[in-house]
Amino acid sequence: MPNSAHPPLDWPDYKSNRLRHPSRPLVPLPTGMDDLTAPVLGEDRVGAFDADLTRQHDGEPIGERIIVTGRVVDGAGRPIRNQLIEIWQANSCGRYIQKNDQHPAPLDPNFTGFGRCLTDDDGGYRFVTIKPGAYPWRNHHNAWRPAHIHFSLFGTAFTHRLITQMYFPGDPLFPLDPIFNSILDPKARERLISKFDLDTTVPEWALGYRFDIVLGGADQTPLED
Amino acid sequence: MATLGQTPSQTIGPFFNFALPFDSGPSVVPDGTLGAIRLAGRVTDGAGEPVPDALIETWQADAAGRFGISAGFGGYGRCPTGEDGEFHFLTVKPGSVAGRAPHIDVIVFARGLLLNLVTRMYFPDEEAANAADPVLMAVDPERRSTLIAHKDGDTLRFDIRLQGEHETVFFDA
Repeated sequence: MPNSAHPPLDWPDYKSNRLRHPSRPLVPLPTGMDDLTAPVLGEDRVGAFDADLTRQHDGEPIGERIIVTGRVVDGAGRPIRNQLIEIWQANSCGRYIQKNDQHPAPLDPNFTGFGRCLTDDDGGYRFVTIKPGAYPWRNHHNAWRPAHIHFSLFGTAFTHRLITQMYFPGDPLFPLDPIFNSILDPKARERLISKFDLDTTVPEWALGYRFDIVLGGADQTPLED
Repeated sequence: MATLGQTPSQTIGPFFNFALPFDSGPSVVPDGTLGAIRLAGRVTDGAGEPVPDALIETWQADAAGRFGISAGFGGYGRCPTGEDGEFHFLTVKPGSVAGRAPHIDVIVFARGLLLNLVTRMYFPDEEAANAADPVLMAVDPERRSTLIAHKDGDTLRFDIRLQGEHETVFFDA
């Protein structure tokens, strides 16, 4: 991979990667052959409470209320405007609402764990949610995923599509997690760790975390704003 | 131009089905659209087993070869695989863009994949255009057939083999 930010295709420490990664090298797309457009999934996909995961049910979910905010930009720092961001996560006990999650931790009737919003003119976004819990998985003996929120993003070209995970600062599970450590460049790995931010924190209400996202597209001809 | 460090990819994981799929996701065009085609395929792993927790997304030009959303045409599709690894879309055959062979961009996400896989589906009835397409020409001739759908009754089938024999060609985009 010429882009060293991303994990390798082949990463045997992550057990379910073994039979699923391509064994042949990726074929470079000839220059200029990228379809330099992307879907724009606008306001018709985003409802009033989609960006506030604590207000999607009759009651408030249990857990530590947090604000997650940041900017989405391309490699040249230009804002990705008016694009859909989707997030999904476990509840504060580390349990997903999805049926096939068998972790024996309680479900929260007041928490779904799915959010959506559109970026603003500056590429900015903001979610209110509950800090997700760590949870066990069966990759190896006593394996636990560090707490994370999944992010799904669209850039200015379909091939810049990105799904990633945001982590929380200081998690003791980082050195043990094969998914986090599949990113070989330590500097790139750090980019997935949100930063506690006192300016985002709302007094008497919720801690704030910043998570800025850089999508592909810096190596292309710059567009005029 | 100064470039910022890109945000790395991580796996979609096993628990995206309560969040990402939406009802009209597989319908790139509405039911009853003139000239609509049904597209289907199966995602399999290196042991030939179906992959029941993949998400397939597609992006394409409209029948006139234009990208972008117009009335009755979104251009974008999203479909999770079922227990049998199958996905399906309802779409139209895209027109040729800049004289290249008609194709549909396809992205594969799955539990076990740390980064998404980018591929392209080409059409079996476009032999001449396919033979001259710069992207297909960049692919080892023995592997080109993995990118060309085949007709199965009313359906165009495009199976995606993640690993092993007849492994689908994936692009570094």
